[in-house]
Amino acid sequence: MFYRESGDFKSSYAADQQTFPIRFDRIAVGVVLVFAFLVVPFVIDDYWEKSILLPFLVWAMAALGLNILTGYCGQVSLGTGGFMAVGAYAAYKLTTGFPELNMFLVILLSGGVTAFVGIVFGLPSLRIKGFYLAVATLAAQFFLVWLFNKVPWFYNYSASGMITVPERSVFGIAVTGSGAPSWATYLFCLVFVVVFAMIARNLTRGRLGRSWMAIRDMDIAAEIIGVPPLQAKLSAFAVSSFYIGIAGALFFTVYLGAAEPTEAFGIDKSFLVLFMIIIGGLGSIFGSFVGAAFMTLLPVLFKNIMVAGFGWPTDLVQHIIFMLVGGLIMFFLIVEPNGLAQLWRVAKEKLRLWPFPH
Amino acid sequence: MSAAINSGEALLSLKDISLSFGGVNALSGITFDVLKGEIRAIIGPNGAGKSSMLNVINGFYHPQQGEVWFDGALRGSLKPYQIARQGIARTFQNIALFKGMSTLDNLMTGRITKMHSNLFWQAIWKGKAEKEELKHRERVEHIIDFLEIQAIRKTPVGRLPYGLQKRVELGRALAAESKLLLLDEPMAGMNLEEKEDMCRFILDVRDEFGTTIALIEHDMGVVMDIADRVVVLDYGKKIGDGYPDEIRNDKRVIDAYLGVAHD
Repeated sequence: MFYRESGDFKSSYAADQQTFPIRFDRIAVGVVLVFAFLVVPFVIDDYWEKSILLPFLVWAMAALGLNILTGYCGQVSLGTGGFMAVGAYAAYKLTTGFPELNMFLVILLSGGVTAFVGIVFGLPSLRIKGFYLAVATLAAQFFLVWLFNKVPWFYNYSASGMITVPERSVFGIAVTGSGAPSWATYLFCLVFVVVFAMIARNLTRGRLGRSWMAIRDMDIAAEIIGVPPLQAKLSAFAVSSFYIGIAGALFFTVYLGAAEPTEAFGIDKSFLVLFMIIIGGLGSIFGSFVGAAFMTLLPVLFKNIMVAGFGWPTDLVQHIIFMLVGGLIMFFLIVEPNGLAQLWRVAKEKLRLWPFPH
Repeated sequence: MSAAINSGEALLSLKDISLSFGGVNALSGITFDVLKGEIRAIIGPNGAGKSSMLNVINGFYHPQQGEVWFDGALRGSLKPYQIARQGIARTFQNIALFKGMSTLDNLMTGRITKMHSNLFWQAIWKGKAEKEELKHRERVEHIIDFLEIQAIRKTPVGRLPYGLQKRVELGRALAAESKLLLLDEPMAGMNLEEKEDMCRFILDVRDEFGTTIALIEHDMGVVMDIADRVVVLDYGKKIGDGYPDEIRNDKRVIDAYLGVAHD
């Protein structure tokens, strides 16, 4: 009823290919953005920041990155944790080596460093595909974590082998370290996620995105049509790693504060992000957000219901959550193998015709 | 026959092409040319090397011997995407569309060799990238109108029926605005009506866009009707080359491929 496209005529190609062609979508996204930028910072508290909003934003960023590589370009990667570690260590070296450097710049440069590393580890993709490539990227995961454990230069020769972020501020307000106010860290991450979600949308709808999808759907035809496979695959690795590097840098500087590579950037993180995009929807920007929300927020929700609501013991709840989330993942994958984004797309199509489905 | 052919200028000429895989000679000593503005058919029984021939032309296979002259110049060893840039587009025997993308996106991908905005402008979108996108969208819409596929513009091609997919694939090759269009069995698996449509499109492509076309087809009725000249392959060798009427009456071609009507 209220969600419809009838009467919403497009009279130019520009209007036809805009990101949200349906008026209701545009309004809804606008409202969400206004709420996120203008309301949330005033009501946010430490719990909401640390348990809900920051993890969601950071993982959404990582999921966006992996979705560009796996969802759009079809190259399976299990190196996400390792690439996040590159971002984190780059941010660490930059903040400690250049204390004056603006935090925005630090995060962006960390992304740049990770993009470079991503290209190097993306080189095998020119020869190998599918599961074999996944194994090759697995090597990146283990090698990078090993490297950051082994070479003391990376952790500035600290005795514990841990990296700890110094307090840094943006426009005079601390965004890292224990003294950073919740609203500041939240806004800092939000700016990155919103800007880079828009960039991801732009990249995926134009020339570059089409060359990625062409490689994904049929690489031989893509090459014969004029897509250089080398350029397409390596650019996907670069852009994807850039996003993942930013996610890793934010994860370490803003969220964790202190990190140890095996613990913070292990193989489980690679799988977590991969699950996010599979459940959210491969090849969908919106799906990256849904997937990140599903994997980070659902456990928190269950925990609140069972511990605070039913008064069950925490350890028991923890185990129940594992089973519940696992079961839900299977449920959603059976109902819609193409992910929650596809479920939403189908729902929208139905809603458009409702209440007259024929 | 169109006027351009009378000028006799060759767009593509293959000289003494030999291609083998291990011990199998897929093509041996093939020489023929495709004139500007011509519709050139390649026929022959299964396994004759027709598709290998197309794969040589668009650089997917590299022949062990022989020369490929395209647009007046000897072609060196190029990658398929570089050859696409030179102006050769093709369709495939088994549909090779990008199944996860819409019809519109498939056609836009066909224009990828003509789009140049860099990563930075792509990310910003407003400005160069958008302008380029809109410019090419207009050309693609022209092709959508031409092929009468307006209604399926936004449909993912995986959902389309076979005949339409074939048409979209033709559209994708057309979108490249190439000088030479290679069609690998454009009418395979179609019913009569769809074949008639496809024939009309092929002839119109030549007349409207001035594209030179080389096609492989098994339907002799179609080949003899629309082709200007025909080359016949058998076991990797050329056994006939000429106008449809000559081919139809050629003894060797009849023996190898056409067969004789029982009467």
